[in-house]
Amino acid sequence: MLEYMTILIIKTLVAFAVSLLIVAYSTWIERKVLGHVQLRHGPLRVGFHGLLQPIADGIKGFFKEELIPDNADKPLFLLAPIISIGASVTLIVIVPFGDKITLFGREITLYLTDLDVGILFVLGISTIGSYGGILGGWSSGNKYGVIGGLRGSAQMISYELSLALAVIAVVMVSGSLSLIDIVNSQTGLWNIVKQPFAFVLFIICGLAELNRTPFDMPEAEAELACGFNVEYSSMKFALFFMAEYCHMFVFAALVTTLFLGGWHGPFVDGPHWFFLKSFAIIFFCVWERSTFPRLRYDQVMSFGWKILLPFGLLNILLTGLWMLVFNM
Amino acid sequence: MADKDYVLNITDRRPTGKYITPILKGLGYTLKNFFSKPITIKYPTERREVSDRWRGLHRLKVDEKGALKCVACGLCAKICPPQAITIVPYEEAGKTRYPKEFVIDELRCIFCGFCQEACPKDAIELTKVYDFVDYERKDFIFDIEKLKNPEKYIFNGK
Repeated sequence: MLEYMTILIIKTLVAFAVSLLIVAYSTWIERKVLGHVQLRHGPLRVGFHGLLQPIADGIKGFFKEELIPDNADKPLFLLAPIISIGASVTLIVIVPFGDKITLFGREITLYLTDLDVGILFVLGISTIGSYGGILGGWSSGNKYGVIGGLRGSAQMISYELSLALAVIAVVMVSGSLSLIDIVNSQTGLWNIVKQPFAFVLFIICGLAELNRTPFDMPEAEAELACGFNVEYSSMKFALFFMAEYCHMFVFAALVTTLFLGGWHGPFVDGPHWFFLKSFAIIFFCVWERSTFPRLRYDQVMSFGWKILLPFGLLNILLTGLWMLVFNM
Repeated sequence: MADKDYVLNITDRRPTGKYITPILKGLGYTLKNFFSKPITIKYPTERREVSDRWRGLHRLKVDEKGALKCVACGLCAKICPPQAITIVPYEEAGKTRYPKEFVIDELRCIFCGFCQEACPKDAIELTKVYDFVDYERKDFIFDIEKLKNPEKYIFNGK
């Protein structure tokens, strides 16, 4: 029992440390890639090619002055960033980094838990995370914040549906809700080959869930002056920021798990494939951000409801027919 | 310009029905940019070459013996539009005049280059130093010693 507990605690610490390190450095990737796409250099001064920039940013976040607006709803205002970061960090629990390995004569699994309803857990918790943004915008007593929060909630409802539809198609093919089983079902053929449309759907809806650029309605720098987090300063803003990037890492991990075969790959299976694929997805997130302009709000809504939702339903229907005909 | 294909004058803004190809085209364009060399430079360690006619900080030239070429005639001070130059001449019988004090207030100076044009002895010139920075006003008042070697005051990032 004691041995089990010790292994679990060490595993948790390592998993969270690695994940948060990746989260910190994805901000560096973002700034560097955006810089190079815009023919700039990006961060250069702090450390070798700006490698210490995330740490410098964190320290700066701690030492900035904190402001709470007079007409803010103080308890909710303080709670919002906690919900945001709490929900996104919780999601790291289900990320399957790799399969079992043997270390010091003990068999250790490279994931924290194997929930039977893993993917449902992800969908649920990530929805709770969006409460952070909504409450933050609402409680800050700022009109931009309220509009940002409302837009966030509307977008979340619209795109969560299509996201779930994309996931359902994967679950139908894999026959399990557990992320580990989903990965193991892709040993021979990745789900991206079996479910290309669900993959596209998942990417689009995931970007909307992440509030990334073609769908960054809640933030909308140009119209809403940063939207829901407009009144936040110092570490509370940094928590929102971290939550966003943590969400991005979890999204990358999910795409890897659901569609790209998780830790499976050519030559040797292992966590290196997982990290490689996740970084490719993170790179894609930054790349598409540098490419696309923001959609108009009504365009986002009509795209979500009129195109993605029927598309997702049709995909499920076709998957079902396929499975019925070929007796899978 | 390489951007020519992407900057279009669109007057008809009805949906064209084309979505996938423009998206892929755009992604390709940004990826191409990502792998090309940045056009910005790492100033102060790298700096752009400025024109030979650049008018930066002043230099008082010296001759082969290390003495100032200036004879303190005062023409530069006379022509200077913002009156940034102050000269106190020194004269001894039988010797060439030289400036006892030659002070340029670099904050007043408008870098027009008239002093360089007016000088009969070719004793003052404008160098290419364009990024002198300091904290106090008095540091911008350059005396003879500072004016002899303006390159010392190039900004190095410290």
